[in-house]
Amino acid sequence: MILIKNVKLVDARGERGPLDVLIGGGRILSLEGGEAPLVLDGTGKLLAPGFLDLHAHLREPGEEVKEDLATGLLAAVRGGYTDLVSMPNTKPPVDTEEAVLALKEKARHLGLARLHPGAALTLGQEGKTLSPAGPLKEAGAALLTDDGRTNEDAGVLAAGLLQAAPLGLPVAVHAEDASLRRNGVMNDGPLAHRLGLPGNPPEAEAARIARDLEVLRYALRRSKARPHLHIQHLSTKRGVELVREAKRAGLPVTAEATPHHLTLTEEALRGFDPLFKVAPPLRTEEDQEALLEGLLDGTLDAIATDHAPHTLAEKEWDLLRAPFGIPSLEIAFPLLYTELHLRRGFPLPRLVELFTDGPRRVLGLAPLHLEEGAEASLVLLDPKEAPVDPSRFASKARYSPWAGWVLAGWPALTLVEGRVVHRVE
Amino acid sequence: MRHLLDFQGWTKQEVESLLDTAKVMREVLERPIKKVPALQGFAVATVFFEPSTRTRTSFELAARRMSADVVSFAAQTSSLQKGESYKDTLLTLEAMGVDAYVIRADAAGVPHQAARWVKGVVINGGDGQRAHPTQALLDAYTLLEALGSLEGRKIAIVGDILHSRVARSNAELLPLLGAEVFCAGPPSLLPQSLPGARLTPNLEEALEGADAVMVLRLQRERMEGGLIHLEDYIARYQVTEKRLARAKPTAPLLHPGPMNRDVELAGTLADSSRSLITQQVQNGVAVRMAVLYHLLVGRER
Repeated sequence: MILIKNVKLVDARGERGPLDVLIGGGRILSLEGGEAPLVLDGTGKLLAPGFLDLHAHLREPGEEVKEDLATGLLAAVRGGYTDLVSMPNTKPPVDTEEAVLALKEKARHLGLARLHPGAALTLGQEGKTLSPAGPLKEAGAALLTDDGRTNEDAGVLAAGLLQAAPLGLPVAVHAEDASLRRNGVMNDGPLAHRLGLPGNPPEAEAARIARDLEVLRYALRRSKARPHLHIQHLSTKRGVELVREAKRAGLPVTAEATPHHLTLTEEALRGFDPLFKVAPPLRTEEDQEALLEGLLDGTLDAIATDHAPHTLAEKEWDLLRAPFGIPSLEIAFPLLYTELHLRRGFPLPRLVELFTDGPRRVLGLAPLHLEEGAEASLVLLDPKEAPVDPSRFASKARYSPWAGWVLAGWPALTLVEGRVVHRVE
Repeated sequence: MRHLLDFQGWTKQEVESLLDTAKVMREVLERPIKKVPALQGFAVATVFFEPSTRTRTSFELAARRMSADVVSFAAQTSSLQKGESYKDTLLTLEAMGVDAYVIRADAAGVPHQAARWVKGVVINGGDGQRAHPTQALLDAYTLLEALGSLEGRKIAIVGDILHSRVARSNAELLPLLGAEVFCAGPPSLLPQSLPGARLTPNLEEALEGADAVMVLRLQRERMEGGLIHLEDYIARYQVTEKRLARAKPTAPLLHPGPMNRDVELAGTLADSSRSLITQQVQNGVAVRMAVLYHLLVGRER
């Protein structure tokens, strides 16, 4: 039993409190206090439902030098996440029932955040032959995706949507036309041309989203079940517009945005630092504004980290050779709490929703509200400011484009079904 | 000036002072004994992550003419993939006592990254499509020799602008000296914008009344398929006698080399009296001596 005294509650429905929250048996027992062996002072802190990340690269199996389940899931709970979807682009890719079961089992054994493995849409993520969606779902796969691969073959994507629909599995896509992107390493525009870096045009994203939405229409027409297309890490204004139009037209599409696209722009590349190399690339302020608007008006359903750890040595290559990706599990919430809520007045309940109910809805999970009887998967957030110190990350990727940024809203306590999985003493 | 990465933040005075030094170095190179002790005790490393003979030789000769010790590090892509990173390569050289690094790489920004890693001086010997500042300096020097002053002069740069570090560096440098830069090439080989230059797909517009014409190599190795049709390029953009007639009658012709004869430039023009291609190469050594001198001499060691 745990009692958190005098704490403000925030979930998708709003803010309440301060209240005394009594937790026991994996549930919220009372919001009116009670007796418990562990009593925590919640004064000045916020209690929110545990976060769910739809998009994290944990690199296991195969690239444990970059990250593994233990470090990745520890990073997750330190970031306030109680649930996490791992991307299947491991080596080998997660495309079998056995691979999903092995990940689930190992994660259960670790007892940190709950793992919902993403499985490959196609065998080997090669975009040719569909992977066995039924057994993958049985084993516990949360969604199907070829992730970094861009599903060049529209027919395969259509078949994947048709196959996943009756199983209730979303198909998540990295929306980028590879033939238009070419070898681009940053946003294509005047800055890329000035820096002499190959550009990745915003139109590469829009072109692929437009195509994928037509593929979704086709699958909808062909299927009695409703196929669900989830668009990963939107980065452009036009991409947001396309998703907005599709949602207005009633298409079953959802979308996510990342902490880096919401807080950094292409300007970060001026110093030629591969820390900022990410796919899709950091875009312009105008794109960032459009993403924010999309978060506010419901076009975007979730904030997903796209936590993509690499070794520092790899990230110290040049911009052509360094791999794409930024690690962010541990700081996603404080970053957006500080930059969006505190600095820009983004409503806190909506921000929390984008970390909780939004991503849960994408996976078809019930919302987590702070009420008596609810599952006690919770995070206690401390508004005290502290700088980002990558040397203390649990993730193996101990570098960060936000190193030194002073952020508030750090998770001080994370509970999974009432069990303490992270606590700052 | 601590490093030479590009011309961001440079003033006209700094450029002029460097080019004045180059003039002195040029005189040194005309002496019977072409050597001065200015850099005695300094070690200069040419660290070429991308192959190049011309630039490397020019830098090494420049360093040797000033009595520096020269280390030559040639890292072909294959050897880099044996495991040692750029950073470790440079830190190893630093541990051996290198004072200045001339860095050439196929990726933009490597010299900028290097400047964050090493304590010594970094000179950009050409990075990807980004910058080739010593080439621009030697172009400017050659143009000044030919034209006297660049104030109000129209300089036409013709060819594959998109992939050209030479065009980018010239577009940064020449306007500092008062020149107006026009860059012309087919639309698929023009960047969206380039500060310091006027971009046009119209070759005739760029050449019209130009005081000098610089022709760039068609960098087919950097092109993804489908950017141009070679025959069509030659038909519409090759600098020929007839097209050059739009420029001032005395307008000199430059090319940073290596040249694709009869592709971007008619071979006869390359060998004509208007061509300054050989002078560019000669001036390259003097300009690089001046750069090394400015960056190393008087610097705290």
